[in-house]
Amino acid sequence: MAASDTRDEVALARDLIAGEPGAFDRFVEVFRSKIFHYAQTVCGRREDAEEVAQDTLLKVFSNFGQLREPERVKAWVFRIARNECLMRRRKSVFAPTQELSLDDFLPHQDQDDGRRLEIADWSALPDDQALREELKEVVHAAIGKLPEIYRAVMTLRDIEELSTEETADVLDISVEAVKTRLHRARLSVRQKLEEYMKGARAGGRR
Amino acid sequence: MGTGKHEKGKCRDVFALLSEYLDRELTPQTCAEIEAHLAGCPPCIEFLNSLKRTVRLCHDCEGGEKPRPLTPEQRDKLMAAYRTYLTSNRG
Repeated sequence: MAASDTRDEVALARDLIAGEPGAFDRFVEVFRSKIFHYAQTVCGRREDAEEVAQDTLLKVFSNFGQLREPERVKAWVFRIARNECLMRRRKSVFAPTQELSLDDFLPHQDQDDGRRLEIADWSALPDDQALREELKEVVHAAIGKLPEIYRAVMTLRDIEELSTEETADVLDISVEAVKTRLHRARLSVRQKLEEYMKGARAGGRR
Repeated sequence: MGTGKHEKGKCRDVFALLSEYLDRELTPQTCAEIEAHLAGCPPCIEFLNSLKRTVRLCHDCEGGEKPRPLTPEQRDKLMAAYRTYLTSNRG
């Protein structure tokens, strides 16, 4: 999925450079939505996210000549979007930054017999579309509750599917920091999903 | 790292590397060590699978809420910037 999406985006960037008819509107449609989603996750407010999307696209078109490698278009656009988000920092959303500890997510740190672990039965995760939508909501909410430094990494890596290196480049952090934050963010979201599934089962959901 | 059996310390070592393992960002040697541990530790396998499902659900989350449609004024501004780029690019 990710590979073909990336190819589409690169093709779109090439078409835009070549001035192909229709490329402008397709590019705006695809990237406006991506930027909006990223900005809403990071900034939190819909109005801010729409503004970020518009201002980012304006900078993208004004500076398109600086995009040397169309292969990197997505990371390049997100880097501009990230800067636009930083300019709209709101204390309520960005502070304080709380570090997530790996130990908080260890499922069997206090148990000697790991086979008695209480892990919900994930093999029964539903194929049912309605329930999948419900779980997506849980994931969205869980990502939204992560501290900002984790939220941004997770959105770029696991939703937009940028590479570790591209994410490090967009966020101006080291590759190691991306890996650490991504793992902790995933563990946190996993925990929220598990709580949800246990609750659903206890409530006689399935 | 560990072989085979559920041991708290080994599980923690593996636990810390599971995302990098899923993302194929580890050396073949570290992968082999993790797999050797997983082979005898059902709880870690179960945990790995749940993490994999989590990542898959995140991948599915692309899209989500949409912005309001672009207004004609917003589009005009973007188009003007694009036209300027095209003109300077060709000039």
